[in-house]
Amino acid sequence: MAAGIVWEPMTMARPEENAAEEFSAVVARHRPQIFRFLLASTRDVDLAETLTQECFLKAHRNWRSFRGDSSAMTWLMRIAINLQKDHWRNRRLQFWRHTQNNAVALDEASEWLPSGERSVEQQLLARERVAQVSKTVERLSERQRTVFLLRFVEEAELSEIARVTGLSEGTVKAHLSRAVARVRAELGGKR
Amino acid sequence: MFKDKFAGKVQNQVQDAELGEALRDFRLSVHAWSDAAFSCPRTVVAAVAPGRVWRLAAGWALGCLLVAGGASAGFWQHHQRQMEIRLAAARVAEQQRLVALQREQQARQDDEDLLAKVDSDVSRVVPAAMEPLAQLMVEDDTP
Repeated sequence: MAAGIVWEPMTMARPEENAAEEFSAVVARHRPQIFRFLLASTRDVDLAETLTQECFLKAHRNWRSFRGDSSAMTWLMRIAINLQKDHWRNRRLQFWRHTQNNAVALDEASEWLPSGERSVEQQLLARERVAQVSKTVERLSERQRTVFLLRFVEEAELSEIARVTGLSEGTVKAHLSRAVARVRAELGGKR
Repeated sequence: MFKDKFAGKVQNQVQDAELGEALRDFRLSVHAWSDAAFSCPRTVVAAVAPGRVWRLAAGWALGCLLVAGGASAGFWQHHQRQMEIRLAAARVAEQQRLVALQREQQARQDDEDLLAKVDSDVSRVVPAAMEPLAQLMVEDDTP
């Protein structure tokens, strides 16, 4: 797991007066991760920001009913996935129009790849590969994309992905396997 | 055969290593993009979203339209009622005029009938002393 990614359950022994304080801590802790997942899913900074705000607004409204059965991250990620699904369902046309206008081009997204210790040639090759992965992820089904991003961007365990998406682990594995096969095929075909 | 199998295995390993590296780069790229976008300061252009402005404007326009519509409907209804009252009054006046006319005609007719009856009665009752003269007048009338 990468540093800063928190999936562990949190203790929920809290008196009413501490609820607001606790929620603020949860927002500060998990907001970047929720934003990142939504950004990777929508590829639109403004939309990801809006959906992140909606996610935490919804979480705030239901914070009292959150019993701490799962981790706060799992709960928030579930809300984020549902918001994203609703957005796709309800505003499919508007979304596409919006995305067409505002989304960062996939090749541009790959420009964010840290250069590291690579040579210029290696960097170019890596960027090309990232762009290829991004294009393939874009073409995946909504469910496959969600599972793929949770696994390879958020580095969530299969059991955690199953909890977040409400799917069985077997189904998660199947979706993940198909998604990886497509990415592999695209990368293989590219070479 | 062996060579083919070996070549396939090596190919898969190369592909998997490449895939692993591509996925790692993809993750790093998304993380870097997200961090940059998340920490990027945003300027608030308007206190209310453009959509909200349009909704407000549409709400006001609709409100004004409703008020204007309500007022004009009230005025029109009042005007219509006044017209109806005037028409009803005119109808009543016309009816009264007709009734009065009928009564007048009836009264005239009655008078004429009465006069005719009186004339008839008077013409029939001839005093006995005038009877020979009346007889003469009847004879004179014959052609």
